Order: sequence, then C-alpha cells, then structure tokens
Amino acid sequence: MSRIVLRAEGITKRFGGFVALEDVVLHLASGERLGLIGPNGSGKTTLINCISGALVNDEGSIEFEGRDITRLPPHQRARLGVARTFQIPKPFRSMSVLENLRVPLEYAAWSRAEHRRITEEAMELLELIGLKHCAGASSGSLTQVDMRKLELARALAAKPRLLVSDEAMAGLSSSEVDEILETLFALNRRGVAVIMIEHVMRAVMKFSERVAVLVAGRKIADGDPQAIAADPNVIKAYLGE
Amino acid sequence: MFSFDLLANGLVAGILLGGFYAAVAIGLAITFGQLDIVNIAHPAFVIVGSYIAWILNSRLGLDPVLIGVMVAPVFFFVGAAIYRIYYAAFERTGQESLSGLAFFFGVMFIIEVALILVYGVDYRLVTTGYIGKTIEIGVVGIPLRMAVPFLVASALTAGIYLYLSRTFMGRAILAVAQDRLALQLMGADPVRIKQFAFGLAIATTAVAGALLIIIGPVEPSVGRQYIGRVFAIVVLGGMGSIPGMFIAAMILGVAESLVASFMGPSWAPAVAFGLLLLTLAVRPSGLFGRQ
Amino acid sequence: MKISVFWGSIALVFLAGLGLTQTAVNPYYFNALYVILQATIMAVAWNILGGFTGYVNFGSAAFFAVGAYTSIALDKALGLPLPLLILAAAAVCGLIGLGVGYLTLRLKGVYFAIATLAMAIVIETFVNNWSYVGGARGVYILTPEKHLWFDTYIEMLFVVMLGLTLAAVAISRQLNSSRLGRGLAAIRDDELAAECAGVPTLRLKLVSTTVMGAMMGVAGAPYPFFVTFVDPISAFNLFVAVNAIAMPMIGGTAHWIGPVIGALLVGSLQEIITVTISSELNVLLVGIMLVLFITLAPQGIVGLAQKLHRRIFR
Repeated sequence: MSRIVLRAEGITKRFGGFVALEDVVLHLASGERLGLIGPNGSGKTTLINCISGALVNDEGSIEFEGRDITRLPPHQRARLGVARTFQIPKPFRSMSVLENLRVPLEYAAWSRAEHRRITEEAMELLELIGLKHCAGASSGSLTQVDMRKLELARALAAKPRLLVSDEAMAGLSSSEVDEILETLFALNRRGVAVIMIEHVMRAVMKFSERVAVLVAGRKIADGDPQAIAADPNVIKAYLGE
Repeated sequence: MFSFDLLANGLVAGILLGGFYAAVAIGLAITFGQLDIVNIAHPAFVIVGSYIAWILNSRLGLDPVLIGVMVAPVFFFVGAAIYRIYYAAFERTGQESLSGLAFFFGVMFIIEVALILVYGVDYRLVTTGYIGKTIEIGVVGIPLRMAVPFLVASALTAGIYLYLSRTFMGRAILAVAQDRLALQLMGADPVRIKQFAFGLAIATTAVAGALLIIIGPVEPSVGRQYIGRVFAIVVLGGMGSIPGMFIAAMILGVAESLVASFMGPSWAPAVAFGLLLLTLAVRPSGLFGRQ
Repeated sequence: MKISVFWGSIALVFLAGLGLTQTAVNPYYFNALYVILQATIMAVAWNILGGFTGYVNFGSAAFFAVGAYTSIALDKALGLPLPLLILAAAAVCGLIGLGVGYLTLRLKGVYFAIATLAMAIVIETFVNNWSYVGGARGVYILTPEKHLWFDTYIEMLFVVMLGLTLAAVAISRQLNSSRLGRGLAAIRDDELAAECAGVPTLRLKLVSTTVMGAMMGVAGAPYPFFVTFVDPISAFNLFVAVNAIAMPMIGGTAHWIGPVIGALLVGSLQEIITVTISSELNVLLVGIMLVLFITLAPQGIVGLAQKLHRRIFR
C-alpha cells in the first residue's frame, strides 16, 4: 500500500448561491497517475484551484504528504511540491522562454535546486520538453502549442511531487498529444504523481491508472479506467439525457 | 459645542450635498463601476463643465442647468472620442491597468493646466435668480443654491438608472461588463456599446459641472478634491449599483457636513478618502456591489 | 551593463559632481541640478513598485512630503544633523510604505492605485492640521551654518543629493537583476502564475513598497533646507506625483535605467522651460508627454531604443 500523497476530503466551494463543488473526496497515492474527467463546467478547474491554493474551499480539508495545506497560500504549496498548469497558458510575457523557467526554479524549487546551476537546469528542462530552440525567444510570441509546452515546462521547473495538468492537450494534433504524454510519463517515472484533466479520451485512457469523474460539482465515479469508460452514468453525463 | 440646530442644519446640508455628489459620481459609476475603466480624469471634465457654464452664463445670462443640458451632447461626443483612443491604445492590447490609469492621470493634468493657462487661478462663479436665497423651515435653513442641484441631481440619477434598466442600450451596457461573449452572440458590438457608455458618462459631467458652479465658486484645482469623493462613492456604493451609489453619496455628504460642522472644514477632505480606505480595507465590494 | 562598467560610471559621475563644485561660477546650476536629482530619486523609487512590480502609486507626493516634514520635526525637536535626518526619513517613510502596502496590496492593482491617492490626501490633511510643523501656514527653515569643506551650503546639498541619487540607482539596478527582481517581474506579468510558481507575492510586494517609500522619504529629507520655506501645498504638490509617474513611463519602466533617462530628459526640459517661459507650462508639458508616450510608446525611450537596436542588428 503506497503512501497517500494527496488527501482532499469533503471539498465544498460556493460562489454566492452557486455550488461549484460539493463534498468532493479525492485521494492520490505516491507516484499515481489519475485522470480527472467530466463535462465542461463540472468543477474540475475549481477543484484544481482549491488544491493549488488559488481558491480557498469553503468546507473540507486538503492534506499533502501528510501535512494540512488547507489554509496555505499558493506559493507555499508550490514550495512543498504542488504544481499546476493553467488551462489558458499564462506565460510571463516580458521574459524570454528561459527566464520563464528561472522563476519557478528560483522560488518553488529553491530548496531543491542547485543554485549555481539554475540556467543549466532550465536548459535541460527545455530540451526535455522540446523548446530548446526558442530558449531566448520572447514568451509572448510563441505558438499556441509551444505556449502549452512552456506552461508544462514551468510546472516541471517547480520540481513538484504532484503535478496537475489542466487540459494541456486541448487543440493539439495527434503527434503533439503523444509528445506531451511522453513528457508526463517521463516525469511520472521519476516518482511524480500526476493528475491529468483532459477531454482527449485517448490520452486519458492511455495515461491513467485510475480515473475520477466530476459532474456538476460532485464526484460520481472513481476507479479503473476501463470500468469508468463503460459506466452508464458516466456515458449519460457526457452525452446528456 | 454641540447644538441641535447645528446638527439639524448639518444633516440637511449633508443630504443636499450628497445628492449633488451623486451627480458628480454617476458618470464614474458607469465608467468605473460598469466598464472597469479607471477614469481618474472624471472630475476634471466636471470642472470643464463648470467653466463652460460660467462662460455662457456671464456672456448670455443663461441658467447654468440649461447650459449643462445643452452642452451635454457635445461632451458625449468628446467622451466617445476619448474612449476610442483609450481602446485603441490599451484595451485592445490588454495593457489596461498600469497604462490606462496613467493615461487618464495625464489627461487630468492637461485639462487642469490648460484651464489655468487660459483662465488663470481666479475663482469663477455664476449668477442666477435663486443663488443667495434660503428657505427657512423651523431651525433649518435650505439654501436654494444647494436645493436646486439636489433636485437636478436626483432627477439625473433616476433618469440614468431607468435608462440602464429599461432600454435595450441601457441593458446592453450593464451586460457588456459581465458577459461580452453573450453580447457578441446577440450581434451587438461590445466596443460600440462601451463607447456609447463612456460618452454618456462624460455627458453627465456637463450637467454636474453646471451644478457644481451653482453651489460655489470654482477654480481649476477644485477637481482634485473630487477625485477621492467620486471614487469613494462608487466603491462604497458597490461597483455597478446606481442606487448603491446614490446612498453612498448621501452617506459621504452627511459625513463631510457633520465633520465640517463639528471639527472644522480643514478636516473635510480626509473624510472622503478615509471612507474610501476603510471600504477598501473592510469590504471592497461595497454596500450593494457584485462579488 | 557589466558590473565594472556600472560602478565605473557611478564613480565617474560622482567625481564629475565634485569637480563641478570647484569649477562652476554660477550657483544657479546647483539649484537646477538639485531639482533634477531629486526628481531622479523619485522616479527611480516609483519605478520599483510601478515598473518592476506593476503596481501604480499615485501617492508619491505623500512619501516625499513626509520625508520633508520628518526632517523638519526632528530638526526642530532635536537639532539632528542632516545624515541622521535622512536616515530617520527613510525609516519613517519605509514604515508608512509597509503599512499602506499591508492594508491595500491584497486588492487588485486598480484599487491599490486609488488607495494610494486616498492615503496621500489623508496624510496631507493630518499634516495640514499639525501646528508643530506649521500646519497650513507653513514653516521657515534657516539655512544651517555648516557646509563642511564646500564653498556654499547649496554645493554641499548638491553633493549629498548626488550621492543619494547614485545610491538609489545602484539599489534599483541591484533589484532589477537579482532573484528578487525576477520575482517582482513575475508578479508584474502575471501575479497568479507567479504565486503558483512559488513566488511569495505579498511579501515581495511589501518589500517593494517599503523600499519605494524609504527612497522617496530620502528624496524629501533635504528638501526643507533647499527651499527654506515648506507648506503642505508645496510639499504635497501633485506635480511631484505626476513627475514621479511620467518620468519612468517616458524613460521606460522595465529597465532600471529607464527612470534615470526619463528624469534627466524631462527634468532638464522642465528647467529650461521654467527659466525661459513659465513654470505652469511645465505641468502641461509633462501631462502631454505622459499621454503621448503612454499611447504611442508604452515601453518608453528604452523600449524604442531596443526596437531600433533589433531593427539595425537583425
């Protein structure tokens, strides 16, 4: 029985009268690959925001590696090893691609990084993700695909032990999806637990050891990917009544 | 040195003043409250309105309120033009916060200094039949130079509130802040709607300026005193709520009036800004604002 | 710019300033230079929070004025020498910067800007009512006797100001190219992404406002001895605030040298205009230049230079 690295219990989040998340429970074992799926607006990104700290959940608790992080601000969670990408990439536009990676290396990963080798580590990451050729380019001028990759690279630069990838593959071609998948697999081999939020089912099925399904703020299924894919409730949620 | 007379007069003066403040703030309630455009130059436009009222009043003897209403359409087009520039330079490129603020800061300066260069720093005032007259009700005196602006301001506020909630264009303006996409899907152009709204907001400054110079003499730097007031009112009332803005204007008017009565007028400027800081610190969404 | 080139230039400029005190005949130059140096410190200070971190501060005049009034109050109460007055002003204004930041930095950038304006007016009102330092009537400062080995007091003030300015520029440069500076830039570019990348945004913003406040207080500390008469209207002058914003924006906000260029250029222009035409025209000029640069060249002169550089060396 491997360690539980993330323990989210009873997560409830309201926006005024609207209940975005209701009593969501999510556990993640060390090094596990979890796929998180659900129709648009079901609360996936809200859940990620609560886990990463961008939002504070109204009820419930979140534990990371045995430590209660429910009240911690995002930057402290990042330092502890929680990293996430944003659905719509948010690069640091005034900086080059390389400099974008310096920030998480110098902050989130500061205790885990070798201070003199920051630039080299950044270059290694760029090589891993296939962006080395535009290291000096302005991050605001990248193509959509490259911006997605940069988003992922930045999360990797935080040297996380939990990575949440929020629809990193939306709109990518088949070969590009495979590239991203390969990077995530490589990361996972190093022991990083990954939560993948995706609509690209091929990727979810290939990648996940376990799949959780959110519908209208509630988790309706959690288990083996094949079983989930065949679950009539899940199918109904996606296709509607 | 407390006396009931002082309190009563302070309250009444505060209410009348508050109503007038609403006229000054309503334009900002639209630009800042609805459109999220930080037009810090708003009071400067009000001063321009005051000067135009002074010029036409002293040359042609027209009533300032009439002048304000007549000149409002011109201000509308000026506002629409300025929005065009603002949009092209900032909103389109997504650079709003830093540069947009500084842009209007610069505009405010240009207006104020241009007025000083052309008209000097002397106080200007208008003359009408009702300035100087006061209605006595018991211990309370109601100066007409405050009562008339109060009535006009209330009418203006009510008119704009009805416009925004009842007409198509008005509701489009309310919508554009909240849901651009829905608007576009309906076939309306958000940019043109914002342009219209901004023009409308500047048009109100023509009237507000006329009311200002009825209440008291005006010189170019008077506008700066109103920056804090209008932002305090819009923020306290809750961004995007016209009734909230009116109530907040009342609160500010009464607070200032009472502070001036009991502590001395030199403390009055701090009231608006202090109120603003308090609101920002405690409840930034204001009394009636959206979250 | 390499470190050695930078410090070499700093030393050169300082020596040139000293040389000027020995050679210049007309004391007017020191007055004019003092004003430009003061504007440079204000511009550099403003840019730390405004350009590096992305939070617009409209209340610069308040920090400057509090620095000046701290000087006045301590001089009157304890007769402290100028260096201690400067330190005291830095401490007081740094604390105010910290306090204001703590109260308002949790708000969106726009609200922060308005809050700074509000803070400035509130502080001005308090000073207006504080009779110990003259209140609304103002206060006269006697020019001190001592001017060390310089010929006149103004020459000494000029050298002091020069030293302070160079220190401010050095601090700004250090901030810009350090890990701290990169964190600030991340906050400016995308605060949420920065936070999720591990940047302690609130803490860094507070550092920013504190340094800015302290620097502006330092700019204001010698001011009473320069003008010899101080009243709230002149000390809290909005013109100081506009300059503090306009100069960095015209020069270029992303780079530490931007505010320096902006201050030197605009400051010199203003001196020339004041002498040849009128001082009101200055304010109009600054306003127009600010608006023009913001709309047409938002990256400032530094940005234009960079564009030119790229075009030539394509």
